[in-house]
Amino acid sequence: MNQPLQRSVGGEPVCSQGLRPLCSAERETLGVRECTCISDESDGLLEFCDVPLKEKKLLEVKLGELPSWILMRDFTPSGIAGAFQRGYYRYYNKYVNVKKGSIAGLSMVLAAYVFLNYCRSYKELKHERLRKYH
Amino acid sequence: MNENLFTSFITPVILGLPLVTLIVLFPSLLFPTSNRLVNNRFVTLQQWMLQLVSKQMMSIHNSKGQTWTLMLMSLILFIGSTNLLGLLPHSFTPTTQLSMNLGMAIPLWAGAVITGFRNKTKASLAHFLPQGTPTPLIPMLVIIETISLFIQPMALAVRLTANITAGHLLIHLIGGATLALMSISTTTALITFTILILLTILEFAVAMIQAYVFTLLVSLYLHDNT
Repeated sequence: MNQPLQRSVGGEPVCSQGLRPLCSAERETLGVRECTCISDESDGLLEFCDVPLKEKKLLEVKLGELPSWILMRDFTPSGIAGAFQRGYYRYYNKYVNVKKGSIAGLSMVLAAYVFLNYCRSYKELKHERLRKYH
Repeated sequence: MNENLFTSFITPVILGLPLVTLIVLFPSLLFPTSNRLVNNRFVTLQQWMLQLVSKQMMSIHNSKGQTWTLMLMSLILFIGSTNLLGLLPHSFTPTTQLSMNLGMAIPLWAGAVITGFRNKTKASLAHFLPQGTPTPLIPMLVIIETISLFIQPMALAVRLTANITAGHLLIHLIGGATLALMSISTTTALITFTILILLTILEFAVAMIQAYVFTLLVSLYLHDNT
């Protein structure tokens, strides 16, 4: 039942007959993010609708929608700073801020640092190859 | 080979943008802050190390000198981490640039000296003449002490630059020699490789020692003046 759900002017999802929009408590218990309609009868039928493009995560975006998704991202300075901050905390909370952190958390950062420096100095380094003609 | 040897000391600029800013700021990523009492292993280790160093270094100061703890601790962390990161392959070490070391040494030294002159003027001026000098020698000794005072920031900066640069250059040279000797005589190459390993161990030690020495000397200048 994946019909595109209509939204009224105020942004509330307009549901089919016999169904009503989910309230926030139900949304949390069910663990759904998207706008959804639920029926009040005993079967508890759920009807999903289209999520707006802006709120989708990257892996949920279809390939054809990718250019418009990229263009919709927040490219303001605070948006970019927010992206870096989110990326930093994602890495930190996954590899460093754990109960039994290992050397891998630090080593991966240093390995990436070495790799980036290599890319930066490739232009001078390519003259040092073991070849007859450069 | 001459050009190769010194290209690693050029300040990195990518498409005209100063990449060196990012490289100078990178060590700050490796010191995460945490407001908790019990932290993850990484932060706990760093806090333990910092406590050890600060206790060892700031115990000689009075309460006025101990207000400089934050400054000196961040100084030793910065120089230590920058030097150690510079030992990774292909990386750029900001402390090889004399401009940066002068920028660190002169303000810190000047701050310590001016603090001394403002708060304990007589005692600071008394430093120019050691106790018990014979009277005829006094003018010459005052001149010598003035020169030795003004050479302190220069010595701080040049010491750090020269040590780190010399270490990096030696590693480059001996590494190149090992590579060139491999096709000529393997035994000599093995000897050179052993020298390279010993040198790398030395460089790790030098990286940390130089940070310590820099900070210690600044703290000594401070101690004289508070």
